Amino acid sequence: MATTTAIDFRSLTLDAPLPLDSGRELAGVQVAYETYGELAADKSNAVLIFHALTGDQFVAGTNPVTGKPGWWERMVGPGKPIDTDRFQVICANVIGSCLGSTGPSSTGPDGEPYGMEFPVITIRDMVRAQMAMLDMLGIEKLHAVVGGSMGGMQALSCAANFPERTDRVLAIATTARHTAQNIAFHEMGRQAIMADPNWHGGDYYHGEAPAKGLAVARMAAHITYLSEEGLTEKFGRRLQDREAKSFGFDADFQVESYLRYQGLSFTDRFDANSYLYITRAMDYFDLAEEHGGLLADAFRGAKDTRFCLVSFDTDWLYTTADMREVVHALNAVAAPVSFVELSAPYGHDSFLLDVPALDRVVEGFIA
Amino acid sequence: MTLRADLAKIAAHVPSGSRVLDVGCGEGDLMEALQSQSGCDARGMEIDPEAVAAAVARGLSVVQGDANRDLADYPDGAFDVAILSQTLQTAQRPDWLLEQLLRVGREAFVSFPNFAYWRMRLALLRTGRMPISRHLPGSWYETANIHHVTIADFREFLAERDVKVAGNWFFANGEEIGSQNANWRAEHAVFQLSR
Repeated sequence: MATTTAIDFRSLTLDAPLPLDSGRELAGVQVAYETYGELAADKSNAVLIFHALTGDQFVAGTNPVTGKPGWWERMVGPGKPIDTDRFQVICANVIGSCLGSTGPSSTGPDGEPYGMEFPVITIRDMVRAQMAMLDMLGIEKLHAVVGGSMGGMQALSCAANFPERTDRVLAIATTARHTAQNIAFHEMGRQAIMADPNWHGGDYYHGEAPAKGLAVARMAAHITYLSEEGLTEKFGRRLQDREAKSFGFDADFQVESYLRYQGLSFTDRFDANSYLYITRAMDYFDLAEEHGGLLADAFRGAKDTRFCLVSFDTDWLYTTADMREVVHALNAVAAPVSFVELSAPYGHDSFLLDVPALDRVVEGFIA
Repeated sequence: MTLRADLAKIAAHVPSGSRVLDVGCGEGDLMEALQSQSGCDARGMEIDPEAVAAAVARGLSVVQGDANRDLADYPDGAFDVAILSQTLQTAQRPDWLLEQLLRVGREAFVSFPNFAYWRMRLALLRTGRMPISRHLPGSWYETANIHHVTIADFREFLAERDVKVAGNWFFANGEEIGSQNANWRAEHAVFQLSR
């Protein structure tokens, strides 16, 4: 976490306390955000992109935390499918996260980091904070909201709860509710963090962070983002820098070495408590439950909103069947909906990777 | 863009401003014509993901799906008009599909290649092999056209189900022809149907 504290994130402070689904409210909420492209004089060309679980506001350009390209650099920029010559793209760090927006690592009312005193938040709370941000930016109606994975949940939540705020909703590789299997994988990750002796009930900000636990959580989650086919193609049973198995517990296999690296490098840029809170928000997500049990009822107010939903054939985290339930609900309210299952070998992560058919769909839908 | 003859005929008879579902819409040529020329609210269903992607990229609302299964997901009377062009003969259960069309749409347009077209009859008579034509390409073992039908069969099928025929049009060599001896002379047919 040391790397992030030195960066001055662009942010605003919400001018009113944020009401939360838990019944609590959060005062003095900071929302860190980035913009790309110019806002039109009539403010009609704004596209709000929602980021995924461990994502951030640095969609394009160079991420100042990691020094790497923005997470959707291939999709967002001048002349790209979401063209910043035409649209102003806005992306905010979700509340609960740790890249400038208020979260468990932020300073609470007592002058100490919140830790587990931070209220449990929901996907709808994240969206609510971003709508309040738009209010402060003077943007009433968005050209489109766009998101993949947890970003797609926010896009669907936005359509359900704030349908008047956007003309278009593009939700990719996502779901309207977390399944038992989704929750189970997250719980494994949370238990890994909590089992780390450095976690100290979430009160670790003055000492060592529970990096080992967070790394294991990331490793487990990372497996769910890839397809078996993708893993086999990338690693197979190949050994890492050795000719033979060691008959020990070093990272003999390339796939082990890869996962260990993914886990460790993640701990440099992410807060373990944020991981707990955001995975909880995803587990609580059930758009139908939130609207009386019938998913179609969630979208009653959005029947004039244009929807585009995309799934990937190798995504076993949020499947085509999950997406079809959303299509079905949108058909029931006669909303104009497009849906396509694209073929890509990379599993859930396909939405971030080189899938030319996705570029075409995004560009055509956003235009 | 010029539409295929059967699609142009359908486009000309869909009332302007209708809510339309085009089942098997391909890349959405007909949908686009209906939206731009007739002010229709057109939705599509298409099984091929590449075609869906192309249609979405044109700004059309198309859901990837298999009509043999996914038509059941639409509410009753969701559309004024449901269109099934050149797809009936590929359906697993054409009878079920037609029921679904007339359930989700108050009116339906169905077009199909006529297996009793004289060239087909002649080809079968002369060669003793399954005919292959412009409208029905592909060998018997690989063709998507698994339920060949003739105009006479289709009329009988409609009568048995009390489906009303509001209009019918016939085509050969890409041109419209009269209805006389259509079961011999027509290469394909368009029917406008309702309950």
